Amino acid sequence: MTSIGAYRAPYPGTQPNHLHPSYVSSIKRAPTRPLVPIPYTLSEVTGPAIAPGLISAAACDLTRQHKGEPLGERIIVSGRVLDENSRPLRNTLVEVWQANAAGRYAHDVDQHDAPLDPNFSGCGHALTDSEGRYRFVTIRPGEYPWGNHYNAWRPAHIHFSIFGPAFATRLVTQMYFPGDPLLPYDPIFNCTADEKARNRLISVFDWETTMPAHALGYRFDIVLRGREATPLEDK
Amino acid sequence: MSLQATTSQTVGPYFQIGCRWLNCENLVGEGVTGERVTVRGFVVDGDGVGVPDALVEVWQANAHGKYAHPEDTQDKPLEAGFRGYGRMATDARGGFQLTTIKPGPVPGPEGREQAPHLLISVFMRGLLRRLTTRMYFPNDSRNATDSILNLVEPERRSTLIAKTGGASGTLEWNVILQGIHETVFFDLGL
Repeated sequence: MTSIGAYRAPYPGTQPNHLHPSYVSSIKRAPTRPLVPIPYTLSEVTGPAIAPGLISAAACDLTRQHKGEPLGERIIVSGRVLDENSRPLRNTLVEVWQANAAGRYAHDVDQHDAPLDPNFSGCGHALTDSEGRYRFVTIRPGEYPWGNHYNAWRPAHIHFSIFGPAFATRLVTQMYFPGDPLLPYDPIFNCTADEKARNRLISVFDWETTMPAHALGYRFDIVLRGREATPLEDK
Repeated sequence: MSLQATTSQTVGPYFQIGCRWLNCENLVGEGVTGERVTVRGFVVDGDGVGVPDALVEVWQANAHGKYAHPEDTQDKPLEAGFRGYGRMATDARGGFQLTTIKPGPVPGPEGREQAPHLLISVFMRGLLRRLTTRMYFPNDSRNATDSILNLVEPERRSTLIAKTGGASGTLEWNVILQGIHETVFFDLGL
């Protein structure tokens, strides 16, 4: 057995702590004991892969999953999934879910007084291509109130879940929109100390992927953890 | 060139919208060899209340101790009906259930075999990044020499080892987020 290549530890401040008291739900759910550091073994550097046959091509267009078109502003969200060594991650699963244009999720628990859209479920998934690219057609999600504190509103966001090549690379995150006035007030967005890391969660308007007379493009690149460089790779 | 990994964010309360399509609480396809086990458990918060909106993911080797992954180069057989991945959402009481096979031993640090174990990720509203832990199997003498279990203070190791359930082939194992019986979670960097 060759030695197991460890994944790089996050740069300080670029990942949230489990406990972030201004995000009230973390108080009773964050562990109170220190995490136990362990070495990487074969278990952590392997992980699930999704067979392309499991993915329906229609799953990347959230505007065409029902009889009619959903209400709201059609957008194209695309980007690349890379590792920290700038290598594209191919055939990796990207899952998204989001509220509709009115800020309502198609979920029983969401009781926000905004209309459901019978033509929008808000779910999609795709595998990245040979360059690590993904692309979703969707509608711009609405902002919505939540119970964290008085007059709390979540900025518009799309949830992302990415597998990557190993158990160690699994990531769940949220993509935000440029210029959203709610960002400075949101404890979830602001849970990360490093301002640059935080701001990388904000997608950028992208002229290149904007489709004339059809939809605005937003780009959101995702970086999963990379292997620590081996002496060979340093040369 | 070096990039920094994207910041983690909570899965939120509505993840089932996007994740449900891949839910799988029975990992065992037809013709798969190995000892069948059903694991039942709860995810429990700091008030002792079941978490009704947690997502639990499992990754494991097959009964031969082989992962269905290109980085596992061991000369051991793969099984067509077993990919080793499971995904469950907790129910209204915080409960989850998983049917699988007991994995074989896989290599560990310094060439020593690890005791059979499942890798577990837990996501939920309130968790800004996932928790990772392991579930080991009861009455397995290999637990005593497992390199990872031995990194855990002895009085907390039991949180990582399932208990034998009431019926044969059933195990009980809970994810306790806080308190005196708090589950051991690992620091894998993220």
